[in-house]
Amino acid sequence: MLGIEDPWVWLAYLGSILVTLICLLYGWIRRNTADDEPSAADRLWALEEQQVEDALR
Amino acid sequence: MPDTAALGWIDIVVILTYLLTTAYLGWLGYRGTRSAADFLVGGRGTHPVVMAISYGATFISTAAIVGFGGVAGLFGMSLLWLVFTNIAVGILLAFALLGEPTRRLGHQLGAHTFPELLGKRYQSRAIQLFSGGLIFLFMPLYAAAVMTGGSVFAATQFGIDFEVALLVFALITAAYVIPGGLKAVMYTDTLQGLVMMGAMLFLLVFTYSSLGGIGEAHQALTDMADLVPAPLQEIGHRGWTAMPEFGWGSHQYDLWWIVVSGIILGVSIGVLAQPQLAVRFMTVRSRRELDRAVPIGAVFILLMVGTPYLVGSLSNVWFAKNGPEIHGQLVETLDGEHDHALVQPMVQDATGHWSVDPARGPVPLIVASRDPARDASGATFTLLGGRSTAITAVGGDADRIIPAYIGAALPRWFGVVFLLALLAAAMSTMSSQFHTIGTAAGRDLYERISRGRQREPSLMVMRLAVMLGLLIAVTISYAVRQEYVVARFTAIFFGLCAASFLPAYFGALFSRRVTRAGALASMLVGMGVSLFWLVLIKSKEAAAIGLVQHLTGGETSLLADHPNWPMVDPVLIALPAATLTLILVSAITRPPEPEHLARCFPERAARD
Repeated sequence: MLGIEDPWVWLAYLGSILVTLICLLYGWIRRNTADDEPSAADRLWALEEQQVEDALR
Repeated sequence: MPDTAALGWIDIVVILTYLLTTAYLGWLGYRGTRSAADFLVGGRGTHPVVMAISYGATFISTAAIVGFGGVAGLFGMSLLWLVFTNIAVGILLAFALLGEPTRRLGHQLGAHTFPELLGKRYQSRAIQLFSGGLIFLFMPLYAAAVMTGGSVFAATQFGIDFEVALLVFALITAAYVIPGGLKAVMYTDTLQGLVMMGAMLFLLVFTYSSLGGIGEAHQALTDMADLVPAPLQEIGHRGWTAMPEFGWGSHQYDLWWIVVSGIILGVSIGVLAQPQLAVRFMTVRSRRELDRAVPIGAVFILLMVGTPYLVGSLSNVWFAKNGPEIHGQLVETLDGEHDHALVQPMVQDATGHWSVDPARGPVPLIVASRDPARDASGATFTLLGGRSTAITAVGGDADRIIPAYIGAALPRWFGVVFLLALLAAAMSTMSSQFHTIGTAAGRDLYERISRGRQREPSLMVMRLAVMLGLLIAVTISYAVRQEYVVARFTAIFFGLCAASFLPAYFGALFSRRVTRAGALASMLVGMGVSLFWLVLIKSKEAAAIGLVQHLTGGETSLLADHPNWPMVDPVLIALPAATLTLILVSAITRPPEPEHLARCFPERAARD
């Protein structure tokens, strides 16, 4: 198949494309499923991170 | 073949346009929102394309493109399994399974580095110190792989010495990471990622179309199986479109163990425990952003690793059709039907007589011509002419396969664009690597050792650590030039991270029973077994380090008399040992306090 005789190699070739398609499907199905509101802990973490990064500049 | 020695005005225009665009985006970024943290502070989301591509750009570097692409040129398309696992494990599994728990735990505990995440989760200063130390010591090895890959490409593209290219590369890196490039500016990362994707897409389409299409190109490569160099055939290479021979107990299975255990398993498992990638999950606003990043990340990785592995393998066909002509005397007929032969290369002197080229051994050739000729003694013989593989063209140096193919096969302007794409790939990865080295030294080592008494000077420690790390990486790149060293350094670092961190990291995210002692013991065992295996068992690395020769009187492995063992990657031994240690030690030590677990996992505590 595809000029490749070893099935293990064309399995890897097609498998790479297939798993990419699965990822596309996953992203499409779950695009609005999960929550998108940052919590207080998320905001506090980001503020601390910003301070460290700004100090590094 | 195109001239690769000089920098033309088109090259300069392309480079300047790219640099000015990057500088403009960087300036726009510094004026306002620039990093993931800034987005989060502002309460806004990052566009999934920006999130996924900047994550991918951190993951993919010259190591993957030049290093592993070259390994595919040497070993063939069996490396496509690494494309599959990079997407299945590095994207789908990592984002869907580890992303949200890492993000939530990091934010809950206020952890900003990977060692800090483990240290706070297990309430252990020792764990944070150990993890920070390991990263500080070994991350430069991975940075050296990235640097070597970029320097080899620049040296081939512009016809300059590797040492000169390395010096220039190191100066650019220093200029990028020391003054302020440590901050992941997401728009510049994204631009770099998009340049990389465009370059890879062009490279893939060009290669397939220049070889007559997908099926034709693969078939031509399949028909070249007998042109595989004899030393590779002896360890199980069965052609570039076939898996190496599988088995145990004989040297003819060595290649399978090198490719599958060392390159595919080591890297694909190792990516789950990469400190700089785990930290990226914490910079994400929500689970929804992670979910939306999966498709773009997968397409990005498919292009960025799939292309070099395919092109690396197929470059052998291109060189066999268009590479430099070789003339010589028949040593052995390999395949009469396809006119493949093993030929001793010869050179012609001023009088028109041919003599054996003393600098080269026999090479496999697709014979295109047979002419009568005279040797140095005046005797007549049949002179064979033809072309050989990419491996022959680069003298067996896998790291030069991709640069040599691009220099010879593609338009000159593409070589410059590709160099910029590589530079982009290297810079986005290295800024993340050196950021991790800096925070490991400043936050995880210095602040922990001084117990936070002197917070301010840790910034200076971070900068010093970055400079020291850069110096070590350049020294390693300069000193170590061996067979496919770029891929090997990467695989060593990924394997070491997997064995040392993965069991404790999984335990931190998913188990309430894993104890501080269990986690620390598993990290010590993972690192100890990995280093033992690298220094004394795995022959390529052990031979380069040299200790095993002193102990055994010249052998390159303690298990040199037991075929295949010296090819087995440390991760195959060290990861199960570390996992078992985690389970056993946790079973016999006191579980963590319920109050601490409730703080780590508030949602689970609320459910209970």
